[in-house]
Amino acid sequence: MNPKTYNVTSPVMGTFYITSAPGEPPLVEVGQRVNTSDVVCLIESMKIFTELRVDQGGVVKNIFVENEEPVMKNQELIEIELV
Amino acid sequence: MAFRKLLIANRGEIAVRIIRSCKEMDVRTVAVFSDVDKEALHVKYADEAVNIGPALSRKSYLNIDNIIQAAKKTKADAIHPGYGFLSENESFARACAINNLVFIGPSAECIAAVGNKSAARKTLMEMGVPVIPGSDNIISSQEEAFEIADKVGYPVILKASGGGGGRGIRIAVDKEQLAEALPLASGEARAAFGNPDLYLEKYLEKPRHIEIQILGDNFGNYVFLGERECSIQMRYQKLIEESPSPFVDEPLRKKLGETAVQVARSIGYANAGTMEFLVDQNKNFYFMEVNARIQVEHPVTEFVTGFDIVQQQILIAADERLSFKQDEVRLNGWSIECRINASDSEDNFMPSPGEIKSLILPGGPGVRVDTHIYNHYVISPFYDSLICKLVVWGSTRDQAIRRMRRALSEFQLEGIKITVPFHKKVFQDNDFIKGEIDTHFLEKFLHID
Repeated sequence: MNPKTYNVTSPVMGTFYITSAPGEPPLVEVGQRVNTSDVVCLIESMKIFTELRVDQGGVVKNIFVENEEPVMKNQELIEIELV
Repeated sequence: MAFRKLLIANRGEIAVRIIRSCKEMDVRTVAVFSDVDKEALHVKYADEAVNIGPALSRKSYLNIDNIIQAAKKTKADAIHPGYGFLSENESFARACAINNLVFIGPSAECIAAVGNKSAARKTLMEMGVPVIPGSDNIISSQEEAFEIADKVGYPVILKASGGGGGRGIRIAVDKEQLAEALPLASGEARAAFGNPDLYLEKYLEKPRHIEIQILGDNFGNYVFLGERECSIQMRYQKLIEESPSPFVDEPLRKKLGETAVQVARSIGYANAGTMEFLVDQNKNFYFMEVNARIQVEHPVTEFVTGFDIVQQQILIAADERLSFKQDEVRLNGWSIECRINASDSEDNFMPSPGEIKSLILPGGPGVRVDTHIYNHYVISPFYDSLICKLVVWGSTRDQAIRRMRRALSEFQLEGIKITVPFHKKVFQDNDFIKGEIDTHFLEKFLHID
């Protein structure tokens, strides 16, 4: 039986950031435990930053995009495995 | 003819705006554009265009070398930086000077002087210009906070030194609240910015953001072109501006104007500039900062004074003396501007880039539309969300409001979300209609909604 997973997706076309500011460490890493409402990444679009938060706590299983990579609306960004 | 050829180091609506004044002055224009701006309106309108790099601003519109190269390649005589981007970058102003390109704006020294906000504040205090009373530096202890608060008077506001955006801000109405607020604000500041430092200011209740447009030539002549009220702001972003202010009377206007000119004169400021003030309910005013560039909201001043501010900037930079004196400046009627952004005002102002599928823009008497959008234009996510300035003029504030309602109702756009629904609601709001606004207006308006 596979554990349940879900994807954090981008709400808007923009640029993906895994760090909160240049030079800062990543907000999350693969294998990291995250709780509901933790910020996992930022999407910048039109000079506005949107924080993407965890819906349900779990463990970060996959990060599909690189820091500063352009992303499309609804693009899958981070996979979280529920525990 | 002021210059033979001018390069516009910007994009979007302001680049179009600058090109328009140039055309009327027989100045040839050079547009610069990034890879995603090939079909941009400013590129279509300019006489020549040069690609200056990829979409990312840092590699194109903020790339000083590429822009200077473009100016040299096209043999431009001058560069207008617009607003944002490099407009208040002293290195850019210096690079222009070194390369014999006239920078349309104040000198690099002036840009540096006014860019250092705390140093500027100190200089103005010494000149006797009122600034928001508060701590000169970060607060080092609870005792010091109490001392300063007693000196400036409650209520006071604690602000994070390491950043803004509403984090680490706490208001205290008395000593007990201040004692409680200090560790809370500091903790929040540390969490948000990794820096627990705070500074303290007198908290102005119902402050209004009032700014004065000045022009100064290279010969020490100055004028001020009335005031603009820009209190309708969300997270420190202006959304609606007007001139004149419904709160400012003639004596206050004169005092603000004279103070603005005094500041400009004392630092040897030349070209267009805006002095920002906060004004409290008792008409006490406090200097905030100088914006050493043309501003987004300049059209409302153009409507009520009849002057073309971009044209004035170009003439001043070409060493022309101001052709008019202060007593020739009259404010006629009322002008209001709505900043239409590509964001969904019905979904938390989420940014909305994409292709415009259909477009009908407003028009008719007293309506001015400053925009770079057109039907089927694709708005990319790389630049800010301002897509259109909708500006009206009326003989009274009431008429301007009616005209804006009419103009907003004519605005039709499909394909992306824009803030027109939000603007329509504000123009139905009783407090806004009565002119009873301050910088907290939008917080309250959006919570009620």
